[in-house]
Amino acid sequence: MATARKAANNEAAQPNLPFAFRKYTAEQLREVLHKMYLIRRFEEGAEDAYMRGLIHGTMHLSIGQEASAMGICMPLTDQDQITSTHRGHGHCIAKGADVKRMFAEFFGKTTGYCKGRGGSMHIADVTKGNLGANGIVAGGIPIAVGAALAAKKLRTGKVAVSFFGDGANNEGAFHEALNMAAVWKLPVIFVCENNGYGMSTSTERSTAVKNIADRAGAYAMPGVIVDGNNFSEVAEAANAAVERARAGEGPTLIESKTYRYRGHSKSDRNRYRTKEEIEDWMANRDPIALFEAELKEFGIIDDAGIEAVREAVKKEIADGIEFAKDSPSPEIRDLENYVYTEVA
Amino acid sequence: MDVAVRELSYAQAIQEAMAIAMEQDERVFLMGEDIGVYGGAFQVTGDLVERFGSERVMDTPISELGGAGVAVGAALTGLRPIFEFQFSDFATLAMEQIVNQAAKMRFMLGGEVSVPVVMRFPAGSGTGAAAQHSQSLEAWLGHVPGLKVIQPATPHDVKGMLLAAVADPDPVMIFEHKLLYKMKGPVPEGHYTVPIGKADVRRQGRDLTIVATSIMVHKALEAAAALQAEGIDIEVIDLRTVRPMDKQTIIDSVKKTSRLLCVYEAVKTLGIGAEVSAAVAESDAFDYLDAPIVRLGGAEIPIPYNPELEKATVPQVPDIVAAARDLAKGKR
Ligand SMILES: Cc1ncc(C[n+]2csc(CCOP(=O)(O)OP(=O)(O)O)c2C)c(N)n1
Ligand SMILES: [Mg+2]
Repeated sequence: MATARKAANNEAAQPNLPFAFRKYTAEQLREVLHKMYLIRRFEEGAEDAYMRGLIHGTMHLSIGQEASAMGICMPLTDQDQITSTHRGHGHCIAKGADVKRMFAEFFGKTTGYCKGRGGSMHIADVTKGNLGANGIVAGGIPIAVGAALAAKKLRTGKVAVSFFGDGANNEGAFHEALNMAAVWKLPVIFVCENNGYGMSTSTERSTAVKNIADRAGAYAMPGVIVDGNNFSEVAEAANAAVERARAGEGPTLIESKTYRYRGHSKSDRNRYRTKEEIEDWMANRDPIALFEAELKEFGIIDDAGIEAVREAVKKEIADGIEFAKDSPSPEIRDLENYVYTEVA
Repeated sequence: MDVAVRELSYAQAIQEAMAIAMEQDERVFLMGEDIGVYGGAFQVTGDLVERFGSERVMDTPISELGGAGVAVGAALTGLRPIFEFQFSDFATLAMEQIVNQAAKMRFMLGGEVSVPVVMRFPAGSGTGAAAQHSQSLEAWLGHVPGLKVIQPATPHDVKGMLLAAVADPDPVMIFEHKLLYKMKGPVPEGHYTVPIGKADVRRQGRDLTIVATSIMVHKALEAAAALQAEGIDIEVIDLRTVRPMDKQTIIDSVKKTSRLLCVYEAVKTLGIGAEVSAAVAESDAFDYLDAPIVRLGGAEIPIPYNPELEKATVPQVPDIVAAARDLAKGKR
C-alpha cells in the first residue's frame, strides 16, 4: 500500500486527489469503510431481527445514507456532541457507539444504551457525545444550539452538530434555532440529510425553496450543498464547518443530498415514489460502492482487503445480536427509575 | 326505515365518517401529515385522496403549529377542517394554536366568531413506540375551557361522534387510541350522530361502578365479565367525553352501586380520575359511598420502550380485576 501511504497527509503533492484522500491516512480510510459497512449490516441485522419478532415497535433505517453520517462525524472528537433523529442508527455508529449495546437497546435489555427504555428511536451514546436520536422531528435542532451555547459559555472548545431530515426544515424549531445560532455566533453545524422525502411528502411538495441550504441565507450563515453519497465531499464540508465553528465564526448549514432505500418505517407501502427511482439510487449511487471504488482506485484497499472488512463486520454483528439476546431484561420493580435524578 | 349495520374497524368507521362529512358539506376538508397517498400513519384516511382529491385531502409539511393554526384560521372564516395529528404527542408542538387561539377566540371576541375545527389525535401506548409516541394527553386539553374533548371507544361511537364533531360549532378534539384502530364492531351505514357530552352505560351492575375511558372500557368489560363468575356484578360506564363531562350518569350509577373505580390509561395523577372522583365527592352520591374511591391509571413515568415495562405502565385486565374485587369485597 505504498501509494496510499504517500497519498495520505500529502495535500501539496497530490492536489488532484479527492479531499478525504489527501486529508486522511490509509488506515483511517479503511476504518471509514469498516464503519460504513457496520452501519449497513447493523441495520440489516436489526431489520431481520424485527421481521423475526425479536424486536418490537418500529424502526427507521438509514440504509443508503451511510456516507453522510460518516463524513460528518469524521472531523468530530468524542467530546464534540451531536443530536440525532428517528433515523439515527448511522449517526450513533459513526460517532463511535458499540453495536453490542445498540442491539441490546433494540432488544429492550438493561445492557442497552438506554437500559431498554428508549429503543431505536431514542438510541444514544452520551459517553461518545451522542445526545440521542429523537422521536420529534426537529426536536434535536435547538438542543444542539443549546449544547453549542454551553460550549461557548464554558469555553470547552466543543462543537455541536445537529442532524435532521429535509422534513424537519419546515418546523418552527428549525428556523428559531438557526436564527439564534447565527445571532450568537455559536459553534454549531446544522446537517440536513435531504433524502428527498419526509415520509411520503417530497421536498417539492413540502418546501418552498429548491434546496434546504437556501434557507441559510435567511440566517446569515453559509449554506453548503454536498453529494451526501460521496464520503469525501461530505467530509470536506464537515471539516470546513468544524474549523469555522472552532474558530468562533459561527454556524454552518450543510445540506447532504442522499436517499433512503427502505420505506420510511415499517408501515410504508412506498406509494409516493417509483421502483425505478429506488433502483437507480441503489444501482448507481450507492455510497459504500462508490467509496469502495475510490479506495481501490487510489490503492488503499484491494478485493481481499474488502472481503476482510466484510467478514469482520459480519462477526461484529453476530456477536452484537448474541450479546443482546443473552442480556437481562429490566425488572418491573425498576419501572419508576430514571424519571428524576436520584439524589443520594 | 331499516339502516344496514356492518362490521367495520374503528379506523374504517372514522374514514367513513370523514367521507360522509365531505360528501354532505363542501366546506369539510382534511389536513394532516401524510394523509394523502400514504393514507395516514395508521391508514385512517386510506384512499380518501383518490375519491376527494388532494385539495380536500391535503398533505401538510411537517409543521404542526403552523398547520393547526391554518386549520383554526380556515374554521374561523367559513371552512370545516378536520386536522389529523400523526400522533397525539405532537399536539405539544401545536399547543399555542389549540390552547391560546382555537379555545379562546370566541370568548375573547365576545361571541362574535366561532371556530368549528375538528382535530384528531392517535393516542396511547402499546405499540412499542416509546416515550414520545405513546402518551395520553386528553386531560391536558380537557383542562381548557372552549375545547370539547372526546374519547370514543367503539367503531359505532367514533363514527357518530366524529359526525357530531364536524357539525359542532366549536373546536372538538378527538383522542383515538391506536390499539382500537383495528378493533371491529357494528357500524350503521349513512349519517348518524352520537352526542358529545353523554356517557354510556355499557354494562349494568349493582355492586360497583367502573368509569373507564377509551381502550380501558374494553378492558373493564373484560374484567367485569371475569368477576361475574365470582358473583360480583359490575356496572361499566364509558365516559366518552372528557369535556364537558357527563357527571350525572356517574352520580346516578354510584348512588346505585355505592362503589367507584376509575380506570384510564393516562398518568394517574391530576387526571380524569381525579375529576370523576371529585364529581362524586361533591355530589349527593358521596353519602352513598360504602368505600373510598379507587383510581387505576398510568404509572408516574414516561412510556418505556421495553414491552414488559410498557405493559406494566398502564392498567391491564388483571389489575382491574384485582382492584375491582378488593373494592367490591370491602378490602379497601
Ligand atoms: C413533530 C413530529 N411530527 C411528525 C412526526 C412523524 N414523523 C416521523 S419521521 C417523519 C418524516 C421526517 O422526514 P425527514 O425530516 O425528511 O427525515 P427522514 O425520515 O426522511 O429521515 C415524520 C412525519 C414526528 N415524529 N414528529
Ligand atoms: Mg427526509
